[in-house]
Amino acid sequence: MDLGFTEEQEMLRTTARDFLEKECPKSLVKEMAEDEKGYTPELWRKMAELGWMGLAFPEEYGGMGMSFIDLAVLLEEMGRACLPGPFFSTVVLCGFTILEAGNEEQKREFLPKIANGDLILALALTEPSARYDPASIQIKAVPKGDDYLISGTKLFVENAHIADYIICVTRTKNGASPEEGITIFLVDGGSAGISTTLLKTIAGDKQCEVIFDNVRVPKKNMLGELNKGWGVVEKLLEKATAALCAQMVGGAQAALDMSIAYAKERVQFGRPIGSFQAIQHYCANMVTDVDGSKYVTYEAAWKVSNGLPATMEVSMAKAWVSEAYRRVTLLGHQIHGSIGFCMDHDMPLYFKRAKAAEPTFGDADWHREVVAKQLGL
Amino acid sequence: MDFKLTPEQEALKKELDDFLREEMKNAPPGWEAGMEAMFSDEGWPFHRYMARRLSEKGWLVRPWPREYGGVDAPMIEQVIFSEVMGYHRAPGRDIFGIGMIGPTLLVAGNEEQKKEHLPPIARAERFWCQGWSEPNAGSDLASLTTRAVRDGDDYIINGQKTWTSGAHFADWSFILARTNPEEKRSRGISFFLVDMKSPGVTVRPLLGMNGTHLFNEVYYDDVRVPARNRVGEENEGWAITRATMNFERSSIETVGVVKRELEELAAFCKETKWNGKTLSQNPFVRHRLAQLAIEIDVGRALAYRTAWLQEKGGLLLSADAASAAKVYGTELAQRLAYTGYQIMGLYGQVKMGSKWAPLHGSYESSSQLCMGMNLAGGSSEVQRNMIAWFGLGLPRTI
Repeated sequence: MDLGFTEEQEMLRTTARDFLEKECPKSLVKEMAEDEKGYTPELWRKMAELGWMGLAFPEEYGGMGMSFIDLAVLLEEMGRACLPGPFFSTVVLCGFTILEAGNEEQKREFLPKIANGDLILALALTEPSARYDPASIQIKAVPKGDDYLISGTKLFVENAHIADYIICVTRTKNGASPEEGITIFLVDGGSAGISTTLLKTIAGDKQCEVIFDNVRVPKKNMLGELNKGWGVVEKLLEKATAALCAQMVGGAQAALDMSIAYAKERVQFGRPIGSFQAIQHYCANMVTDVDGSKYVTYEAAWKVSNGLPATMEVSMAKAWVSEAYRRVTLLGHQIHGSIGFCMDHDMPLYFKRAKAAEPTFGDADWHREVVAKQLGL
Repeated sequence: MDFKLTPEQEALKKELDDFLREEMKNAPPGWEAGMEAMFSDEGWPFHRYMARRLSEKGWLVRPWPREYGGVDAPMIEQVIFSEVMGYHRAPGRDIFGIGMIGPTLLVAGNEEQKKEHLPPIARAERFWCQGWSEPNAGSDLASLTTRAVRDGDDYIINGQKTWTSGAHFADWSFILARTNPEEKRSRGISFFLVDMKSPGVTVRPLLGMNGTHLFNEVYYDDVRVPARNRVGEENEGWAITRATMNFERSSIETVGVVKRELEELAAFCKETKWNGKTLSQNPFVRHRLAQLAIEIDVGRALAYRTAWLQEKGGLLLSADAASAAKVYGTELAQRLAYTGYQIMGLYGQVKMGSKWAPLHGSYESSSQLCMGMNLAGGSSEVQRNMIAWFGLGLPRTI
């Protein structure tokens, strides 16, 4: 057993932290929350030059061949920096889907471009039912000649408005079970019949409503097998959930660090507020929550990284981190007092992200039910 | 990063698991209701029996140096051992002897003290209790007033200790007493080893709210203790207490116990039908059980992290991690107790021994005992102070 990171991983963390502190200051984060696109091509380009987009892709597809744990380290730092933009949707949600389900030709075509920073992608999974189960996939794809025609509405699709390609999870058949008859397509973002509307959301991330109106997709753009897409989605959700947890852990750590620093510096009654036991115990609860979040996430990420069955661990992590991140930011706000309530302050960035991440890929209740099933209940 | 145990560690775990599964068949009736059964008239002989068996198997003091009966085992093995012990609710590891005074003597004892005390602990022949808390010195331990006055080759000790777990059975006690009354607080305190059979030592029971006899008051009236039983220098006892408190404080045993309790509770919910449906079909019950499983996983991670930090960086470096594991573990046990009690509905209140008491009446007892565990060995508040001071560097004002 070794619960530490390797020297290379620590180096990756330091590099990422230094880079993001310099290139992604909180002023940029706040600016991007108001910006229509939500990212700057300059920062995107610099991240690509560092090799981040292809970090966890195999070298044969233009990646660096590093592990999922390495990626988790990077995501932690992105969570700490509140990095805006399409990294998560492009690399984690779509890159891994292509890597998992794509054929050789698709992998060779798309993965090197993602790794180079030449493509932005979005995953259109959820619909107005806002659930992550197979029955929720209702949007239809109907064969027509060499193509499929997709019609229906997807919701909460991050970065669809700027995506070069949208990976769309569709229903091609009403099977005996809801899992059967789901097919995944790689859709050109510029196709006729796609209309996107940006949603205004708590964290200022760029989630969209995407209406597909008889959007034509060539058959060769099918990812994986016809009607058997749910297995791919399930695997992806496991990875994406672990990845999101890593990002949340980074945010929680940052909220904790800020709160500790403030507790040491803010003086009331002639002494730093951190000398009061009420504040000390808040801090103690926060650090315990953050450390618990880390190790429950690392365990899940380690399982994912090593290809071990991880359903239980990933759900445990998401159920825990969803609530722990929220608790940490709430106490952080309490410690900061009224100054933290100000819109210009950095604390709200973390609270908003905690609240946005809570329901993403299933909230704590959803994952507790997964755990209950895994326990044989 | 690697969460795997080595094949040797897996083998050790399996061997211990098999051994305990067999041996625990000898446990006296009612043992399932909780570890406090160890300090009862029926439980104590079983505790000593198990201690001897574990000693014969070479498992009792594995992390100790070879010359004192151990095999220099890494901390992680100690954690595996404690986790499996907790899971089986197995007695036999004297937490005061093996867990506290043994390691303290290894660090701070002189050669004569090590030779006198470590072998009988390793052979499971000498059992210990901890004489630290006093009626007016609980969380504020440094304000203790028990006096030790030098008299030739001895010290004469007078005062009262309290909350002394197992003092009614223990052979020896390690106590803190003030040797310099001019000095306030942590200065002027010395650390002594006291034979509980010494004239002037009186033990009186303090019954817990759930009716168990775990704690005691111990009175010292002109108790004569040879000066060679002082550990460390005179007036320098306080520094030694940190070594005592940090050894294997991963609280993994609590995680093991709680894991077992959850398994039993989940099995009960799967087979028990109320109002035509099994309890496990009730969404409230399902989610409470799942949440506990998640919390146990987090607790286990915190415990292993503590052991891993101690293995790498030394005992004193990880005081805050140990405190976090302790407060998390005991509060988790409390949440499990209350969840179990709540799921049982009206039956939760029935004491062990009744045919109407589900799961051996576990929750009637544990829902009370858990409150004591939040205080024993340093209250949750003191633990949070430790995390804030040593882990986060917040200013210390008390």
